[in-house]
Amino acid sequence: MAKFDKPEDIKVIVATDCGSTTTKAILIEFTNGEYRLVSRGEAPTTVEAPFEDVTMGVLNAVAELEELTGRKILDENSKFISPANGKTGTDVYISTSSAGGGLQMMVAGVVRSMTAESAERAALGAGAIVMDVIASNDKRLPHQQIERIRHLRPDMILLSGGIDGGTTTHVVELAELIAAADPRPRLGSSYQLPVIYAGNKDAAEAVAEVLKDKVDLKTVDNLRPVLERENLGPAREEIHELFMEHVMAQAPGYKKLMSWTDAPIMPTPGAVGLIIQTIADQYNIEAIGVDIGGATTDVFSVFRPEGGKPVFNRTVSANLGMSYSISNVFAEATVPMVMRWVPFEMDERDLRNRVKNKMVRPTTIPQSLEELIFEQAIAKEALRLAFIQHKSFATTLKGVQQQRTIADAFDQKSSGDSIVNMLSLDMLIGSGGVLSHAPRRQQAAFMMIDAFLPEGITRLAVDSIFMMPQLGVLAEVQPKAATEVFDKDCLIHLGTCICPSGKSKKGGPVMKYSIELPDGTKSGTLNHLEMKKFELGLGDDGLPLKAKAVLEPEKHFDLGAGKGAKVQVELNGGVVGIILDGRGRPFDLSTLAEKERVSYLKEWMKELDIYPGM
Amino acid sequence: MGHAYTPGLKVTSNYLIKKDRILPLKGEVKVKVGDKVQPDDVVAETHLPGNVVPLNVANILGLPPEDLEMAMTKKEGEAITEGEQIALKTSFIKFFNKACNATIDGTIESISHITGQVLQRGKPNPVQVRAYLSGEVVEVFPGEGVVVACHGAFVQGIFGIGGETYGNLRIAVSDNSAVLTDDLITDDMAGQVIVGGSLVTASALEKAIKVKAKGIVVGGFDDKDLRDFLGYDIGVAITGSEDKGITLVVSEGFGKIDMAGKTFDLLKSHEGQMACINGATQIRAGVIRPEVVIPRAEQGHVEVTGPTEVMGLAIGSPIRVIRHPYFGRLGQVTDLPSPLHTLESESKARVLEVEFEDGTKAIVPRANVEMIED
Repeated sequence: MAKFDKPEDIKVIVATDCGSTTTKAILIEFTNGEYRLVSRGEAPTTVEAPFEDVTMGVLNAVAELEELTGRKILDENSKFISPANGKTGTDVYISTSSAGGGLQMMVAGVVRSMTAESAERAALGAGAIVMDVIASNDKRLPHQQIERIRHLRPDMILLSGGIDGGTTTHVVELAELIAAADPRPRLGSSYQLPVIYAGNKDAAEAVAEVLKDKVDLKTVDNLRPVLERENLGPAREEIHELFMEHVMAQAPGYKKLMSWTDAPIMPTPGAVGLIIQTIADQYNIEAIGVDIGGATTDVFSVFRPEGGKPVFNRTVSANLGMSYSISNVFAEATVPMVMRWVPFEMDERDLRNRVKNKMVRPTTIPQSLEELIFEQAIAKEALRLAFIQHKSFATTLKGVQQQRTIADAFDQKSSGDSIVNMLSLDMLIGSGGVLSHAPRRQQAAFMMIDAFLPEGITRLAVDSIFMMPQLGVLAEVQPKAATEVFDKDCLIHLGTCICPSGKSKKGGPVMKYSIELPDGTKSGTLNHLEMKKFELGLGDDGLPLKAKAVLEPEKHFDLGAGKGAKVQVELNGGVVGIILDGRGRPFDLSTLAEKERVSYLKEWMKELDIYPGM
Repeated sequence: MGHAYTPGLKVTSNYLIKKDRILPLKGEVKVKVGDKVQPDDVVAETHLPGNVVPLNVANILGLPPEDLEMAMTKKEGEAITEGEQIALKTSFIKFFNKACNATIDGTIESISHITGQVLQRGKPNPVQVRAYLSGEVVEVFPGEGVVVACHGAFVQGIFGIGGETYGNLRIAVSDNSAVLTDDLITDDMAGQVIVGGSLVTASALEKAIKVKAKGIVVGGFDDKDLRDFLGYDIGVAITGSEDKGITLVVSEGFGKIDMAGKTFDLLKSHEGQMACINGATQIRAGVIRPEVVIPRAEQGHVEVTGPTEVMGLAIGSPIRVIRHPYFGRLGQVTDLPSPLHTLESESKARVLEVEFEDGTKAIVPRANVEMIED
């Protein structure tokens, strides 16, 4: 393919995402001074029998793009035509993949809450599914740990442990466990399992001795060289490298696909993480992204603790999803927690059967309104649980001694605090079927608000057609194109949610507001347990309209500037508009009496126009 | 979107059933192509390496790890028995000698001079793979296993629990809508596979275990009873390893749902014959459904032919609705309109028109039906 000296020279881009069921292709072109999405094509993924060649699905998806756009992308030998010339060819072709179940890893570290957790963060950040975490102190007996490694058959293992100059015996013991398990890789039996060692550098030699001839060992810099600092970059890069070299190369057709792409193929969640980071960097904001699928829910976040450097985190909740894992959501959340979001009564026995029937027939869709409301109630709980997991994982480093001043004596902070701060969060982005394909956009906004409980002023958006993965890998090649398309074509701006944080007496005032909307200024008082919605849509350019607002929270309430502090701000509109949420934080619907709960739910649904006929 | 329907579950009176019977590790195949086998026959056998039990011998003896090698009285690869001495720290005064003994029967796997750890490997565990079906061995993978095939009736279920077993079929209810209650379970059902109608109650399931029945095939089962029965809630549909003393195959779904008439009639027509059943279910990529196989008594030579072609939905196709509000109802496709249709939930989806068995018609999303396949 053509090579470009400057990213600006890239004018036509084809990007694919090979998912486990569908391969999606997008075409991006530079026209009228900006990069825009031109079209999207899709075809079934072809990694399994009888095709067993991922490139067939790619070619089919690209052929659909050709049909839809009239651009000739492939030549008669099914090769990409490059560089682009008029309505022919593409300048670059890039791809992501989660086919074949994605990248499945095990990680090992000495102390569960320290090095093992850092290793887990490195693996998750690289887009892996972490099947298990083995730690010297995880309370399992060695033979149980060995059985587990052998049974799970991971694609690779990340071994860490010990700060530089720290323990060597514990790390070598972990290496001995891996050697004793003699693990075989999941795909292809002809090669040795890749193991990355990113632990105490003093133990590297002994680890190599123990694991020689048993696995394909790569040694990189320690991911926790000192207790106070993580150095996840080298381990993450090595994971990507090995993913390409071993795991992808074993999957049918990938060698061919790798020879076609102009940038290394990335695991899909890794690419989504990258685009969230790019956007957060570009606009200097704090953002949370969530992708709720059938089997799993991924949460990504970028926060700047105490205004410092941005910290990226990703978690995968492996058994929280809307079809294959729906029954698990129901079991983990419990019936009352799901039913609190439903404004009518349903028989528990019948509900349980419905959930299980969705589990065994995962491709069905809600036909009746009752089923839709129930499914969205479960989605709120799946998102809520996944977010709880994310918050407990996205923390400051554990085990770090902090110097305390006298002021800290009243603020009992320990190491390992969550860095997720809802008051400083700027944007919440949702993706995945239940959010992207909700019949009304208000429903997506309502699900995200109830699940994440944003505080202060937070913009809401959904990914229109799930193209974040392709844009993530594009960000590596042409960041400008990635952000422009992300902004204008990928994101559907829903609007802004304003929720003063704090508690008050029921019915009392929460905030005074004055918002200069295109159809006149709206002023008034937002009362406790009240929700309001104002129209503020999108401009002709597809970007949100803006409105100046003066917001005065009551003395116990905070919009991010401090309790009772007035805020003057420019609000962003969207297809839903501006939502004022007077329910306070923390907010728990289940504390309301049954009759009140139903009546409030109906009131909110009516005000936000969530469901028809309410 | 052209294929937005769920391929149905197979229910057929004459089918070629082939089952891979593969060892988890390389081993020995006990049969050859053309051999006739019965469900209990061992077709392949191997030994899994025993569990590894580490022992920090250096710690026990109070030695630096690098001196461990010298103290070992058993070397790597040597056989050990529980209680046998494997290392000895000698002293000038014999009284102060300290020994370390093996904690399991097996061999010494490795001795580490870095951690001071000795890995003991337990005795290998024998693993046998049985034929599961009564049929013929049609293919042998040397060292790995075989394919057993038979002609017979075949019913795929939607969900099950428990693993492979077999027994003679026994119809315990009057028709496909009858509930299988405990009073219908009798002592003479020991060793049999009991067929129920729309539901099996929790007490009937318990009684079936008590009388030592091998399995139950039924239309529906209540999720609440399932949780009580297993003692936990199933989060994702991956089953088959439950050891509850019975195998359950649910043909339609959760709740009280009439077993499809065709399925019931098929099972009834084979009453008294041997049925091989498996409750193992995996609803993920590479789906596994529970099943009932009724091998034909006279197998003759099993002719292995290619798979039959799967047809898509067409007008006249028999279907079953698999989601509320028409869950479990059977009918025939009468129209397949191509434009997207707005549902009551306001979702836009491809739909079809179905005529139910009572002559009423309804519009249903194509994603919410499954074909009843022959």
